[in-house]
Amino acid sequence: MSQAVLQLEKVRKSFGSEVVLEDISFKVLEHKATVFIGASGSGKSTLLRCINLLDQIDDGQILLDGQDISAADVNPDEVRKKLGMVFQSFNLFPHMTVLENVILAPTKVQKVAKEKAIDEALELLNKFGLREKADQYPDRLSGGQQQRVAIIRSLSRHPRLLLLDEITSALDPVLVNEVLSTVRDLKSEGMTMVLATHEMGFAKQVADELCYLHQGRILEWGSPKKILENPKKVETKEFLRRLHQAGRL
Amino acid sequence: MAKKLGRGSNRAAPSSYDFGGSWSPSEIELARRQARRARNKRSALIAALSSFLVLGTLGLVLVTSPGWETLRNTFFKWAYGFEILPKILLGFTTNATLTVIAGTSVALIGLAIALLRTSRSPALTPFRILATVYVDVFRGIPMLLVILLVGFGIPALQIKGLTNNVLVLGTLAVIITYSAYVAEVIRSGILTVHPSQRAAARSLGLSNFQTLRHVVLPQALKRVTPPLLNDLVALIKDTGLVSILGVTDAVRAAQIQTAKTFNYTPYVMAAIVFLLVTIPLTRWTDRMLRKSYERENAVGQA
Repeated sequence: MSQAVLQLEKVRKSFGSEVVLEDISFKVLEHKATVFIGASGSGKSTLLRCINLLDQIDDGQILLDGQDISAADVNPDEVRKKLGMVFQSFNLFPHMTVLENVILAPTKVQKVAKEKAIDEALELLNKFGLREKADQYPDRLSGGQQQRVAIIRSLSRHPRLLLLDEITSALDPVLVNEVLSTVRDLKSEGMTMVLATHEMGFAKQVADELCYLHQGRILEWGSPKKILENPKKVETKEFLRRLHQAGRL
Repeated sequence: MAKKLGRGSNRAAPSSYDFGGSWSPSEIELARRQARRARNKRSALIAALSSFLVLGTLGLVLVTSPGWETLRNTFFKWAYGFEILPKILLGFTTNATLTVIAGTSVALIGLAIALLRTSRSPALTPFRILATVYVDVFRGIPMLLVILLVGFGIPALQIKGLTNNVLVLGTLAVIITYSAYVAEVIRSGILTVHPSQRAAARSLGLSNFQTLRHVVLPQALKRVTPPLLNDLVALIKDTGLVSILGVTDAVRAAQIQTAKTFNYTPYVMAAIVFLLVTIPLTRWTDRMLRKSYERENAVGQA
């Protein structure tokens, strides 16, 4: 069995007295996509932020390529160089053009020569159909375009693992589709990913493993087919029933 | 048919629209334009009329008041004003020099204090406390007092090697006070940048300092440019306060002339000299800011 890219062992996280994540253990193998579903407040975003070391865990361990990144002496900046993160609200830098957004990390963090970074960035933008937007400022782009730029920005450093945090929640259905097709492309290229999403149809398509998070705990874990069509736990059934009622399933 | 649509926008609006050549405005659109033109004409007429009435009345009251002749002779004796203008300009070079030196120092010190106060590094804790105390103290003391304390207090210490030059000491006092104000303005700007921007930058692997330098500060400083400009204009004027230590600036030069002739025109001339600098400065900055916003933000007509 190949080594896991990411492995969590009994991770716990609380904010004050409120426990947000409890006893979270799972593995993500190379080229696999693991999708977390669950109601708002179930801890999906916090989980991704913990993996990225934006939040500090209270207990347990996080291993990236076998290295314990939750250890006290780990430099978060070094870890984050291996991770790409895309946020629900895009978080593009509004004072920079699309191109400047994409080359910021390569030139400042990895110290790639500017010309080379620009070449690579334009190639990526071209690949995802955003070449002609390179010199625009983010505010001039549609939400879907902004989110795709954010994905490209996170790819610019060739991350080992991509973390996608409800990246379509702020978009209308048409724009959702253009963003999701970008993610499908990445998946087919073998990118290892952890996603949190509300898009069940998409989860079904892209997930190798689906994981239902309920009040900070992993309740069910397995293939999308197994969980969506034959849930074991009553909470999962209730969640899926409500999604169905809302027309989201 | 190429006609510019009425909704006035001076942004890169194309001078003609190409709708395949066959489009020409409908009857409804033509009527709408007609109505808009009529409304604009009416608005302009009303504005002109009301301006004429209000300003005319004010002018009339001023000119027909019994003391107008005396007032004009004491405050607006232009021939005399131009005669002493070189002396005021010479004094103004002091204001200008002080503004450049103090302005640069204040920008650097203010920025440093703002960064200290917004930093979270435990190693910087003592400096953070000092910075907070500094701002609290010097923002609260009238600048005149600081100038007197520094200008007369430091020489009184009689420490060898310390300057007794009142110009240097006066400038130092101005820098001390303004740094406290400016630090708070910059700090408030830093706090307005949403934490998600920081999270995005850090998740890209940028260090804390790189995040500040490339992501937070550029956005923060742009937002606080208008209040910073406020402080700069105030600084230009407040450099005159060092005159109490015996330095001759524009206001002091005007005062000297006034004392000779009992005519207040020099004060008015000094005021005009200050305005000639501050108004263009404000206009220019506004223009730069507007351009930058137009570049970065989606165009809206609201």
